[in-house]
Amino acid sequence: MSKYMFIDGIRVEFDQEPNILTLVRKAGIELPTFCYYSDLSIYGACRMCMVEDERGGMVAACSTPPKQGMSIRTHTPKLYKHRRMILELLLSAHCRDCTLCEKSGKCSLQKLARRFGLRDIRFRPLEEQKPLDNSSRAIVRDPSKCILCGDCVRMCNETQHVGAIDFAHRGARMTVSTAFERPLAETNCVDCGQCAAVCPTGAITVKSSADGVWSAIHDSGVRTVVQIAPAVRVALGEEFRLGAGVDVMGRIIAALHRMGFDQVFDTAVGADLTIMEEAGELKKRLEEGEKEYPLFTSCCPAWVRYAETAHPELVPHLSTCKSPMEMFGAVLREHYRLEDERDGKKTVSVAIMPCTAKKAEAAREEYIRDGRPDVDYVLTTTELVQMIEEAGIEFDELDIEAPDMPFFLSSGAGVIFGATGGVTEAALRRLSEDKSPRALREFEYAGVRGMQGVKTCEVPYGERTLRIAVVSGLGNADQLIERIEAGEEHFDFVEVMACPGGCVAGAGQPFGHRGQVDLRSQGLYKADKASVMKRSEENPLIRSLYDDILKNRVHQMLHVHRGQN
Amino acid sequence: MEIIKPEDKQILDRILQSHGYRKDQVIGVLQQVQQEYHYLPEEALTYVARGLKLSEARVYGVATFYENFSLEPKGKYVIKVCDGTACHVRHSVPVLEAFREELGLSAERRTTPDMLFTVETVSCLGACGLAPACTVNDQVHPAMTPDKARALIAQLREEEQNGTDQ
Repeated sequence: MSKYMFIDGIRVEFDQEPNILTLVRKAGIELPTFCYYSDLSIYGACRMCMVEDERGGMVAACSTPPKQGMSIRTHTPKLYKHRRMILELLLSAHCRDCTLCEKSGKCSLQKLARRFGLRDIRFRPLEEQKPLDNSSRAIVRDPSKCILCGDCVRMCNETQHVGAIDFAHRGARMTVSTAFERPLAETNCVDCGQCAAVCPTGAITVKSSADGVWSAIHDSGVRTVVQIAPAVRVALGEEFRLGAGVDVMGRIIAALHRMGFDQVFDTAVGADLTIMEEAGELKKRLEEGEKEYPLFTSCCPAWVRYAETAHPELVPHLSTCKSPMEMFGAVLREHYRLEDERDGKKTVSVAIMPCTAKKAEAAREEYIRDGRPDVDYVLTTTELVQMIEEAGIEFDELDIEAPDMPFFLSSGAGVIFGATGGVTEAALRRLSEDKSPRALREFEYAGVRGMQGVKTCEVPYGERTLRIAVVSGLGNADQLIERIEAGEEHFDFVEVMACPGGCVAGAGQPFGHRGQVDLRSQGLYKADKASVMKRSEENPLIRSLYDDILKNRVHQMLHVHRGQN
Repeated sequence: MEIIKPEDKQILDRILQSHGYRKDQVIGVLQQVQQEYHYLPEEALTYVARGLKLSEARVYGVATFYENFSLEPKGKYVIKVCDGTACHVRHSVPVLEAFREELGLSAERRTTPDMLFTVETVSCLGACGLAPACTVNDQVHPAMTPDKARALIAQLREEEQNGTDQ
């Protein structure tokens, strides 16, 4: 017989659920929390999820396991009083300039204060303002807005194994801090931005580049070109109530044209180039014979940075390929260099990414040529949403438009880059001798798709078998590397994406729960299904690039030498 | 990343080794490091973090959590003035003020520029019968008065003078 408990008089059955909170939500009741995420360990700090038992005792729903026959209430006068008190106390020590806050409208503290009808705070505000850390390219930390829920700390340590931030000091002086209170840019932070994604307030936010982009758009001497990463198209629609995983690429292109961008392109073109190069690199490596280490992908800048800081021994085994954004950025810069000379204009290159680490990638030394980065500005999906709103564009009423000439063609292989396993699948399509639709289906079911953090598979390749691993989440990558280095496992090719679930779950995206992220991946696979070309080498644009801009310059434009730093 | 001197590396390696490079022994490791240097130098914490496979931020968090750990260099003579209940009611505050005045220190500035003296308060030394008490390094001085405090500083200074003369 199944076990059950009563929540506000509703009988709720349970089995393996770890805590009452999960059951309360299952019963359709939204319990407020600041510090609970099902993917992170339970912290029980905020006390917002307290519920009342039959005897009037209060327990935290997040850290209390359900018991057979137990009965709890989620909204009683006592609980209201308790929750309002917590909000008042939090707000007494919190900056209240909501209208100026980056997180306004998305802040849990603001939302709950509204939900509980908070109109007055009895406590004197703490005057102390802590300094803002603006040092990082991707992340802004404002400790004055921190409520010490620890979500960022657990994300950084448990899920990502980075540990750039942690709690420091004690009691009233406790803060979330980097080691020795160093500026974030001087730590081992990899800019993955997952801390900002889980931060309930404006204490950790993504650095905005919107102002710079607007001024470029409004400068008549400037040609603005923009590329859009695959993962953006299946998430942006969520912010305009179009649903998770709905491909809104055509509308994004239309919106960008309306905003005033001169040329709009798809980063999938860059992804096609990446596949041509990376598959070639893998092929060459396999011909050289058995290696101790696999070839690691290098599309994810947070992973590249993590490898450099936490596993420098792996850097020589990272693919020398630039990321799709940087490959395309180099091609665009070169293409418009000639046109700029002719037209007397300056081209500003913008990239719209699901990612915060791309902001740091664009600023890396190796991507700066003649004093300018190949990509001038990186905007996240959420920054683009804000700019669309600012421009007063009714996104859901836009007619769809196509990318501009001359970089208007990309393959389905380039589009699936946004899902974990997508790079691997695209590379397999390129490597395989068998170009039949049956082979495509085989790769689909080879085990590279899906939301699991670690996927391994074996694929026949000529005389031999390729051992492949696909990991997302740096913690998963760290564990896999440990097994590889201990000699417990051997792979030929390893795809690593820093964000759990891949780029669709990037920190530049609207915050999405696991189910939502899965829908986004499915949206990308649907777009691939509907694409005319399934393999990067089938793309005639790519072939013409190799004959034209890239001729004799493939290495210079599409590869980097790592390991100097 | 700070470059650590070979002799420091030797000291820290010995400490880490004696704790088997175990993460869960971080507090013990830090205690020994502090014993060695009288405080926790930043480079040492970075080295310890790497040795224990912990993040620097985590080690920093542990080091700042405990009042007993200091990230500031301390003077040769660490004077701890007890401000527990018993000492407080028997006028430990004037004693503390006398020390600070004599050495030109305050609640914020706790170490003299010549790195000779550090003055700090502790909540209880467990020597309530000797109130008001203070310690200089590990030596307890009972029934303190402001005059005795000034005399103690003079005596320590003199010892220091003779020490350097020899």
